[in-house]
Amino acid sequence: MAEIVLDKVTKKYPDGALAVQEVDIEIADGEFIILVGPSGCGKSTTLNMIAGLEDITTGELRIGGERVNERAPKDRDIAMVFQSYALYPHMTVRENMAFPLRLAKVDNATVEKKVNDAADILDLGQHLDRKPSNLSGGQRQRVAMGRAIVRSPKAFLMDEPLSNLDAKLRVQMRTSVSRLQKQLGTTMVYVTHDQTEAMTLGDRVVVMRGGAVQQIGAPQYLYDHPANLFVAGFIGSPSMNFVPAGLEDGVLRSPLGDVPLTDRIRRMVEAADAPREVIVGIRPEHFEDSKLVEEHQRGGGHTFTSNVDVLESMGSDKFAYFTLSGEQATSAELAELAADSGTAEAGSGGGVPIVTRISAASGAREGEQAEIWFNADKVQLFDPATGRNLTYSEE
Amino acid sequence: MSQTTTEKSGAAVKAVEPKKKVVLSEGKRAERKLGWLLCAPAAFIMLAVTAWPIIYSVYLSLQRYDLKFPDRQEFVGLDNYVTVLSSPYWWNAVWVTVVMTVVSVVIELVLGMALALIMHRTLVGRGIVRTSTLIPYGIVTVVAAFSWRYAWTPGTGYLAELMGGDPVLTEKIPALAVVILAEVWKTTPFMALLLMAGLALVPDDLLKAAALDGASGWQRFTKVILPLMKPAILVALLFRTLDAFRIFDNLFVLTGGSQGTSSVSMLTYNNLIKGLNLGIGSTMSVLIFIAVAIIAFIFIKLFGTAAPGSDDGGKR
Ligand SMILES: Nc1ncnc2c1ncn2[C@@H]1O[C@H](COP(=O)(O)OP(=O)(O)O)[C@@H](O)[C@H]1O
Ligand SMILES: [Mg+2]
Repeated sequence: MAEIVLDKVTKKYPDGALAVQEVDIEIADGEFIILVGPSGCGKSTTLNMIAGLEDITTGELRIGGERVNERAPKDRDIAMVFQSYALYPHMTVRENMAFPLRLAKVDNATVEKKVNDAADILDLGQHLDRKPSNLSGGQRQRVAMGRAIVRSPKAFLMDEPLSNLDAKLRVQMRTSVSRLQKQLGTTMVYVTHDQTEAMTLGDRVVVMRGGAVQQIGAPQYLYDHPANLFVAGFIGSPSMNFVPAGLEDGVLRSPLGDVPLTDRIRRMVEAADAPREVIVGIRPEHFEDSKLVEEHQRGGGHTFTSNVDVLESMGSDKFAYFTLSGEQATSAELAELAADSGTAEAGSGGGVPIVTRISAASGAREGEQAEIWFNADKVQLFDPATGRNLTYSEE
Repeated sequence: MSQTTTEKSGAAVKAVEPKKKVVLSEGKRAERKLGWLLCAPAAFIMLAVTAWPIIYSVYLSLQRYDLKFPDRQEFVGLDNYVTVLSSPYWWNAVWVTVVMTVVSVVIELVLGMALALIMHRTLVGRGIVRTSTLIPYGIVTVVAAFSWRYAWTPGTGYLAELMGGDPVLTEKIPALAVVILAEVWKTTPFMALLLMAGLALVPDDLLKAAALDGASGWQRFTKVILPLMKPAILVALLFRTLDAFRIFDNLFVLTGGSQGTSSVSMLTYNNLIKGLNLGIGSTMSVLIFIAVAIIAFIFIKLFGTAAPGSDDGGKR
């Protein structure tokens, strides 16, 4: 076990593609860290550099305090699980898991014991003598993990290990990965493009975009205090609502109406030297059916009335979808997020889409007008040009 | 209601079971018939061009039949086989053929694998590397063989000069070495091409995984690449072994079979075409046919267990 430090690590491929730029990450011993971002943002490249499968162009990689840039993968004592599982098809499950141990010339009795232990942990006992081609996706995935854990490496690297599984199995495996990491206490770097996995699995999350780190922090912290528009839009499901607004004398003029800033936000906006045009971000759960908001709370917020396009009841609460008249917020970051989630076309039908999560007790109905309240102190303001969060404070 | 159904299906099972025959539906049977009909022309042509000559050779091999004495043709049973199999010339030719086959195929496999790895790995000038590697295979064998002959002929050839002016093609062992060299030079690219196709089937992730599991370059080659390439290697070996076993053109041009360098094909040609002895020549042809069939059979047996990743020995 060891800590892993990436110090201004940059990767330029021979064809000139700059895949990773000046990435600084310090991963503590035993930490479970997630690299997340849209596809093509350099997550796999970063992981492969840690593994030694790709050379580091500039910068330094230290494992356990030692510079390892020049070390071959086999001398780094790191295990990796691939998206394709990369099981050896000509070997049985037992031979697959024993492979790293055999190469390390471990004696037979120890190999036997370690493989059996790993098989017990991963519930593979009855499959040990089968070939990978005869296993289900979930079983193959577990064999790949088994091969990683048998040799007790300094760290595990996982590159989208669950993305080839169906949705139900993925949720199941997510919890077992998490449990496994806690049980073993080994440093783990986990790559995913799925923000749900990022939120639920790791101690800390690294959000990447276009080869650069956007923000590093605990999942809840990133959710509450995104450093910029990209992180705000990427973390959270359904994602944050973005509404363009003009900022005049402490009042936001937006499709949501004219909303006076609260004192707390006004102070932050002044300190941040905000431009006149901003993007307002509000999380779905900060809306509520105004009939259900108690009188004394109502003053701290603002209401708007609109037609309910779609109402989805989740049992515990309801999702109400609205379309406000006005222009959609535009910025490079939002365009990239939309492209990644495949909603680039869908959302451009004119008007500002709003997703709200309101109480199950709400009497709102599809196709009818509803009055919706939102907490004005929970709004976040972003600079459309740079994406910077104007209301960001390190707490 | 449910009881009647069980009874009925129980009866149906009983009726079918003793025969142990797959009952085909009407449509299935029609389809099968159509399948046979569609195969028939091809099967007929195959019979005409392969089966008939084979049968006729077998017939001839049982006759005393020399075109120099056509009126002395008669059925002699296995006499021709006894004659051939007790002839020192035949056994010398068998040994020459086997040695040349084994030596040249082994060298080709090793060199071909090296070439395949190089071609697989090159990133710059891929097209040029591959094309230039394949040139020897593109040259007509007889033309290439004449080039080799002149190159090894003292007085005219640069290779002969390099070797000190000895007429290498006039001694048995050096002459065979030269023939093997010509064979290897010519067909290694073919081997490399087949092996490269096999290499392309080894997923990159597996090699990365092996590297992380602690395998050195050589271990990755022997423990991951080779096992996964086994089917491709067997195909390449099968083609080359069958080809090499029937070696003729290089030998014909380079030594003409002198100094005991005849292969079995060469010997057959000399008896059948030059000697006009249809009986003995056909006997040799049949023996070569049997040898080739045995080689093919062995390789196909090996294929059965070659498919990596199956529990049941490849019979999926
Ligand atoms: N071998 C390569 N050669 C050139 N460019 C590459 C190579 N591998 C990845 N890239 C580029 O580097 C960027 C990051 O890729 P990658 O790390 O695989 O992204 P991710 O895993 O986040 O989806 C992409 O733009 C990709 O096109
Ligand atoms: Mg990737």
